Amino acid sequence: MKFKTLVAAMALGLGSLAATAQNNGPVRIGFITDMSSLYADIDGPAGAEMIKWAVQDFGGKVLNRPIEVLTADHQNKADVAASKAREWIDSQNLALLIGGTSSGTNLAMAGIAKEKKRPFISIGAGSARLTNEDCTPYTIHYAYDTVALAKVGGNALVKGGAKKWYFLTADYAFGHSLEADATTVVKANGGTVVGSVKHPLNASDFSSFLLQAQGSKADILAMANAGGDTINAMKAAKEFGITKSMKVAGLLVFINDVHSIGVANAEGLQVADSWYWNQDDDSRKFAKRFFDKYKRMPSSLQAADYSATTNYLKAVQAAGTTDTDKVMSTLRGMKFNDFYHKNGTIRADGRMLHDMYLFQVKSAKESNTPWDYYKLVAKVPGEQAFTTPAESKCSLLKK
Amino acid sequence: MEIFGIPHQAFLGQLMLGLVNGAFYAMLSLGLAVIFGLLDIVNFAHGALYMVGAFAAWIMLDKWGVGYWWALLLAPLLVGAFGVVIERLLLKRLYGLDPLYGLLLTFGLALILEGAFRKEYGVSGQSYSVPEALAGATNLGFMILPNYRAWVVVASVAVCLATWFIIERTRLGAYLRAGTENAKLVQAFGVNVPLMVSLTYGAGAALAGLAGVLAAPVIQVTPLMGSNLIIVVFAVVVIGGMGSILGSVITGLGLGIVEGFTRVFYPEASNIVVFVIMAIVLMLRPAGLFGKEA
Repeated sequence: MKFKTLVAAMALGLGSLAATAQNNGPVRIGFITDMSSLYADIDGPAGAEMIKWAVQDFGGKVLNRPIEVLTADHQNKADVAASKAREWIDSQNLALLIGGTSSGTNLAMAGIAKEKKRPFISIGAGSARLTNEDCTPYTIHYAYDTVALAKVGGNALVKGGAKKWYFLTADYAFGHSLEADATTVVKANGGTVVGSVKHPLNASDFSSFLLQAQGSKADILAMANAGGDTINAMKAAKEFGITKSMKVAGLLVFINDVHSIGVANAEGLQVADSWYWNQDDDSRKFAKRFFDKYKRMPSSLQAADYSATTNYLKAVQAAGTTDTDKVMSTLRGMKFNDFYHKNGTIRADGRMLHDMYLFQVKSAKESNTPWDYYKLVAKVPGEQAFTTPAESKCSLLKK
Repeated sequence: MEIFGIPHQAFLGQLMLGLVNGAFYAMLSLGLAVIFGLLDIVNFAHGALYMVGAFAAWIMLDKWGVGYWWALLLAPLLVGAFGVVIERLLLKRLYGLDPLYGLLLTFGLALILEGAFRKEYGVSGQSYSVPEALAGATNLGFMILPNYRAWVVVASVAVCLATWFIIERTRLGAYLRAGTENAKLVQAFGVNVPLMVSLTYGAGAALAGLAGVLAAPVIQVTPLMGSNLIIVVFAVVVIGGMGSILGSVITGLGLGIVEGFTRVFYPEASNIVVFVIMAIVLMLRPAGLFGKEA
């Protein structure tokens, strides 16, 4: 009997010891993104570094616990992302999960975060499904989404005279979302969609698709794809003389893409984005620090990586705990003001509302300094840029 | 007029584009077939060498102002020399062992090369312009064909023919084939077989490099360009019959065309159609279309 009590006491002691260790152990932030494939430059290793910078600048500690950043490459595979997220939450007691680029992987991570009740901030994924039909109480969609791209970029194109649209769409969650959202905007503005073609992700040759687009007699070839796919398609469009008969526009173009295409080839292109490095002094300061290390300018996603991490840590500090529900409710009550966005708020569906911008690529003559590519055309407030509560299919928004 | 339900103009256009892509496949698989057929090495580094060829052209232009035509000559020589070094330093040690070792070695090499370029240049890709003499496009009536793409077809057909001729119809080719069948015997006749083997691997690598230079103006020069292509090219070689030079050339061109048409009729399948064909061919003819039964 005595022996049993002893064992029980020891077990209890060990148990409580483990519990204290968990509360005093490091606060772990896990970041899963494309580290090596076609989206690695717009987010990737540099994005991971931004999260580490944010942690460093915060002092490396929150609630007197050290902060640890874990990173992983999801290789654009949803199952890889999901199993990594699960592993970290189960064995590392992850406090926050951050998702980088690629919609499929982020939708999978949102599912895991919901099941395990952990905050999940999606930065680089485009699909508006994250805060629409697939919304969860634990997802925050931070930077942009396909609805905003369609409303800000698509709107400007239709009003600029592009009435007949043809889509060149990447064949996965993001491309499908973007095409659907842009179609809604085109139709609402009296335009028509005359056709579309879906291409595999990371396609090397676009000439066949472009030839089909040319046969459609549309005014505009809208590319619902991203990164290397957009660059290769634009390049081929120019080579095959498509740019002479129709306007070619990318619905999601990052500054790295403009750099790759070359300012001479991209001149006049209209780009919807959530942030640009040369928009104000705070942004330029951040950009300079980034440039000194990477010899290129940060993308809006890399800026958002930094901003999201900092704001999460502020929320933890304010809530006095890493408990998911308390941190989430603190985040929902905050106003976000930093170099990335002004007066940002998080809506019940998880959508971060902040200004979106429409930029136009400068001509080679206007571009004075390296990476000086954009001029501002319009600033669209978050309430107008993103899904409105009336349009939303998210149950969390319905009262 | 319509062919298979699509206007004949679009049909001819797609045929032409398929031929252009097929020319790339043919040239890359030719190098693979030469290396496998003569040396029994499954060269997984081929895609990486193709990428290095494209980067060599881009670096020459960007850093030293060396233009396209010189790059067309110099980059393959450079990649070829690099191939010789790989063979002398590494592959040489693996002869006589299970070919699996060579496969693993070259695969590792490919990963290292790709990783090194990715670290240095990122993945977004560098742009390389079409040389001035080949800029512009010709209206063929059914489509507008960029002059550069027409040149790619001409160049690669010429290279394929030349390679086939050297291996099958010249004395050098005869030595090569004999040397790989029975090295000791050929060596007894005073032929330096190890040197010949090194140069063969080098030549295969140079073919990959040349394809890289030809591709540079058409696609973005990125560290990933090789790995995106290598699996398809291997499928081409397998369908054509491992080691059959003629087989890989004809299959390369043919599959380019099949893939092009898949993009019209069912674009979603265009990335896998090659493998579907591979499965069917291997079921009917396990040695490939032009392969000899072992």
